Amino acid sequence: MKAPVSWIKEYVDLPADVTTEALAARLTALGLKLEAIESPRDAITGPLVVGRVLTCDPEPQKNGKTINWCTVDVGDTNGSGEPQGIVCGAHNFGVGDLVVVVLPGGVLPGNFAISARKTYGHVSSGMICSAAELGLSGDGDGIIVLPADAGEPGDDAFAVLGLDDDVIEFEINPDRAYALSLRGLAREAALAYAAEGASFTDPAERAVPAANGDGHPVVLDDTEGCPLFVARLVSGFDPTAATPDFIARRLTQAGMRPISLAVDVTNYVMLEIGRPIHGYDADKLTGAIHVRRATEGERLTTLDGTDRTLAPGDLVVTDDSGIIGLGGVMGGEPTEISATTTRVLVESAHWDATSMFRTGKRHKIASEAGKRNERGVDPLVCEAAADRVVELLTTYGGGVAEPGVTVVGTAPGVSTIEAAADLPARISGMAITPETTVAALESVGCLVERDADVLTVTPPTWRPDVTDPYDLVEEVARIVGYDHVPSVLPTPGAGRGLTRGQRLRRRIGRTLAGAGCVEVISFPFVGDAALDQLGLPADDVRRHTVRLANPLSSEEPSYTTTLLPGLLRTAARNLGRGAPGVALFETGTVAFPADHGPAPIYGVDRRPDADELARLLDAIPVQPLHLGVVLTGERERGGWWGAGREAGWSDAIGVVRRLAAELGVDLDVRAASLAPWHPGRCAEISVAGTLLGHAGELHPKVCQAVGVAPRTAAVEIDLDVLLAHARDVVPGPDFSTFPQAKEDVALVVDAAVTVADVEQALRVGAGELLESIRLFDVYTGEQVEDGRKSLAFALRFRASDRTLTEEETGAARDAAVASAAERCGAVQR
Amino acid sequence: MSGPNTDYDPVEVTPLKSEEVESARDAALSAIAAAADLDDLKQVRIDHTGDRSPLALANREIGALPPQARKEAGQRIGKARGAVNQALAARIAVLEAEHEERMLVEETVDVTLPTDRVAPGARHPVTTGSELIADIFVAMGWEVAEGPVIEAEWLNFDALNLGPDHPARTMQDTFWTDPQDNGIVLRTHTSPVQARTMLTRTPPIYVVCPGRVFRTDEYDATHSPVFHQVEGLAIDEGISMAHLKGTLDHFATSMFGEGITTRFRPSYFPFTEPSAEVDLVCFVCRGAQEVEGVPCRTCKGEGWIEWGGCGVVNPRVLQACGVDSERYSGFAFGMGIDRTLMFRHGLEDLRDLFEGDVRFTTAFGSEL
Repeated sequence: MKAPVSWIKEYVDLPADVTTEALAARLTALGLKLEAIESPRDAITGPLVVGRVLTCDPEPQKNGKTINWCTVDVGDTNGSGEPQGIVCGAHNFGVGDLVVVVLPGGVLPGNFAISARKTYGHVSSGMICSAAELGLSGDGDGIIVLPADAGEPGDDAFAVLGLDDDVIEFEINPDRAYALSLRGLAREAALAYAAEGASFTDPAERAVPAANGDGHPVVLDDTEGCPLFVARLVSGFDPTAATPDFIARRLTQAGMRPISLAVDVTNYVMLEIGRPIHGYDADKLTGAIHVRRATEGERLTTLDGTDRTLAPGDLVVTDDSGIIGLGGVMGGEPTEISATTTRVLVESAHWDATSMFRTGKRHKIASEAGKRNERGVDPLVCEAAADRVVELLTTYGGGVAEPGVTVVGTAPGVSTIEAAADLPARISGMAITPETTVAALESVGCLVERDADVLTVTPPTWRPDVTDPYDLVEEVARIVGYDHVPSVLPTPGAGRGLTRGQRLRRRIGRTLAGAGCVEVISFPFVGDAALDQLGLPADDVRRHTVRLANPLSSEEPSYTTTLLPGLLRTAARNLGRGAPGVALFETGTVAFPADHGPAPIYGVDRRPDADELARLLDAIPVQPLHLGVVLTGERERGGWWGAGREAGWSDAIGVVRRLAAELGVDLDVRAASLAPWHPGRCAEISVAGTLLGHAGELHPKVCQAVGVAPRTAAVEIDLDVLLAHARDVVPGPDFSTFPQAKEDVALVVDAAVTVADVEQALRVGAGELLESIRLFDVYTGEQVEDGRKSLAFALRFRASDRTLTEEETGAARDAAVASAAERCGAVQR
Repeated sequence: MSGPNTDYDPVEVTPLKSEEVESARDAALSAIAAAADLDDLKQVRIDHTGDRSPLALANREIGALPPQARKEAGQRIGKARGAVNQALAARIAVLEAEHEERMLVEETVDVTLPTDRVAPGARHPVTTGSELIADIFVAMGWEVAEGPVIEAEWLNFDALNLGPDHPARTMQDTFWTDPQDNGIVLRTHTSPVQARTMLTRTPPIYVVCPGRVFRTDEYDATHSPVFHQVEGLAIDEGISMAHLKGTLDHFATSMFGEGITTRFRPSYFPFTEPSAEVDLVCFVCRGAQEVEGVPCRTCKGEGWIEWGGCGVVNPRVLQACGVDSERYSGFAFGMGIDRTLMFRHGLEDLRDLFEGDVRFTTAFGSEL
């Protein structure tokens, strides 16, 4: 809502020295959200004066243009009183016209400094201005021709153009629909300056002619949708009459475009009083007006030229010809006021806000009228608004007000609210007496009856948002002032701290950062292209996504099922920006459809019961918490210490192992084949028989497709599974300080035998004296036959109660080797 | 070694002659003194104290002497060997010291060589920022509540007094899952976590809910369709706006430092009544509106920064979530984590948080 300050001041006598900034600040403190202050004067430096064109001689130029060499009377403002010589390229004016002249020394918007300069063979001393040059919104690119009575040559043009008038733009919250009018804003301004004695003059308070039976016939078939309909008729209207300057200027200041007198007047009164008005060309109406709900399949071409199929909930205005308007939202084309309209029927009706909202949403119409009607308009101003429109139409359009006055239906009543008198004090935490409460409520227009500790409050008709006791609390609190709310820390009981999951997740993040991985946050949206890049087969579960009805991009229409696309994109971006390599991780939820049907929408009058709640939660997609890691390019840097190292499959598995060790989880790692991993370099990792996820090197095609380094490694695991198996309490480790006995063995096995299997066999055979086992070399080559490999293990033995003898150690080693031989066909080298 | 020769005149045993011993001793001493390094000295040691050295050989002869002569010869040899060993030890000490000194000089490195073999890791500032916020509240006895990001429409809107026809539903442009009448949305705020908390717990409730939220905003330097919010909810007997103010003041001070407090401006949110916008004293100019004579860039010369929204929980919300609104009242607040980080750290472009450039993230390390 953009409001010229001069217009606000028309209805409230603010102290003379109030600045626009101060007014805006006070209104903000009352709950109107300041969006911007426009001070057009700030963009222009004078002298900017009214001038009268004395001579205007067209001079054709070689370049084909014709310029006008003008002399303009600018009074004494040029210092000499002589006519000012100015070259002007526009032609929409003539001798005798009043124009706006900026004299040398002036600066126009865009830091455009004006000086006397030689051009087209003349010295042009200043400029005759167009609206655009002054930064004003307005039609055409011609220069401004002022009305003949606008002023005298030499007058300050700032005032004449309204450039002295600041415009405050407010963002009006849905509960303050009344502030979508000057009436409402001025009322708030009066409240803001109540202490200074400001008083409000209601523009809607006017004597209106009484209803009679002579007006245009109106029948309300749906009084819930339209409880009150006022109609007035103006005849003999001059459709060519110009919109008076003040109306055009104020509409422009408010951000609306002047169109024609009839339309401009309805908009002006809507801004002034808040009541949207519709005008019909009365000559195009046939028979009585009805208001009813549309039926399935009915159609209407609205004023914007759109042919709309109406829905049964839509409120429509009809006459004998059929539907002539979408009530309260937008009029219809057939009865539209045109350039030949001489009889105007003025409709000022009250509409059901919910119906307005639904119709606006259904037909995607965001009109100024709809915006007000769907938030709620004061039902008591219908007659005043209609009368004001009639007044302006007849005053400036030359018509006469017909005596017939139609008023059908009644304004809806206002429900009273009962509230404890101390509720505002209790809820706001401010020291507010019941007397202050009553005074505050009365100041915003409520009628208050106090019976001991209980208040019975009738909110004003322009406040349909005030329905609950807590609404009264807000009214009182804002009048008393939010800045008086004291600061008191609540004292909750002892809390339980972070949950186990929260603590573990922090630990995971720190562990990964400690391992040199950098956390990223990606947008969790995905499309076929990204899943194709990963090489996922058609039936892959990760292709069964939760789709969005209104995705950001049609390329990524789903919530993601895997963190890898985002991580890979981020990795590629880093490489593209010159990073030699990155290790990235992300923890985030992915989603899989629950496929349990829609989530029910319950009422809000009570808590849903357990079954209802369970059904609701069942419908929500399954959203496991995943961890993704991508390691690409250089993992260790080369330097004076030696060569660097590229990331590879083992880094990925290593990350998972490191996390598992941190959380005390035993992993089961085995070879697997799953996109997007390299089929020979992919590990399936599980915990106690539950799949955790996969890690390894990406398929070469994937690396190429997403633009990351060859041999890029990746991890994707389900953190919920990992967290579920995390060790809660670390048992104190039991270790011996007796000497360690070392035995290294080299075993030759078939190439297909896994290290894990050999290690397990050694472990079983070595028995409980074995302290640790570690593979330290893998050899294939001349010393070993084809299809075989040699694995060198370091076995470490130790007893908890004695120094082991050579015999004991040797026996354990031999048993380990025998076990490996038996289980894995291992032969000691 | 000669056999026992009792008739033999001990003085006649040449190696034990005093002049022989002295000459062997002197030869040893001068060789020791002449040894230039530990390797030389090692040879000197073998030559003059080893089993085949003159003094060792002489020592063996003592056994061949008649008993009455042994003592004197023994003393003579012992004294000579003692002198040699002493000199040897002293020379070893000197040479070892010299060696060590030289070695330390030789081993000198350029300590300015780079040491960064593995690039550092880091956690995302939104993560660590969320933890910082959580810790501030946990320290007050609050708990951290969480919920899913894809949420039931009822929990995201209806339960929070945003009915199907509530104009506020159009204020928040929502990502709907397909089909739209499925009743499932990407949550537009973390408030459904509050609803879930009220539905599953009994007051008193003091929870903060940090998390990811979604709105169909354009993606630019100050807006993102995916962003992060922290909301707080307190439900207890006798809760008022004063407790809300106290909590937010404490939050602001903990997050931004002493003297940084909040102010309220009346506003509108369907889930709170009364509602307020909460502003923060600009922590750069500390409310002075200017820095070194220039309008403060962080708050654009306002002295205040818009921080978030808050209010007293609307009793209608309590009712939908099964909380006795006659007995309990509550407050709620919410602010953007990303935005909070932007002005706390002077970030110019919100997109830096989501682009994943490691140069950005590693600057924050693993704690905020």
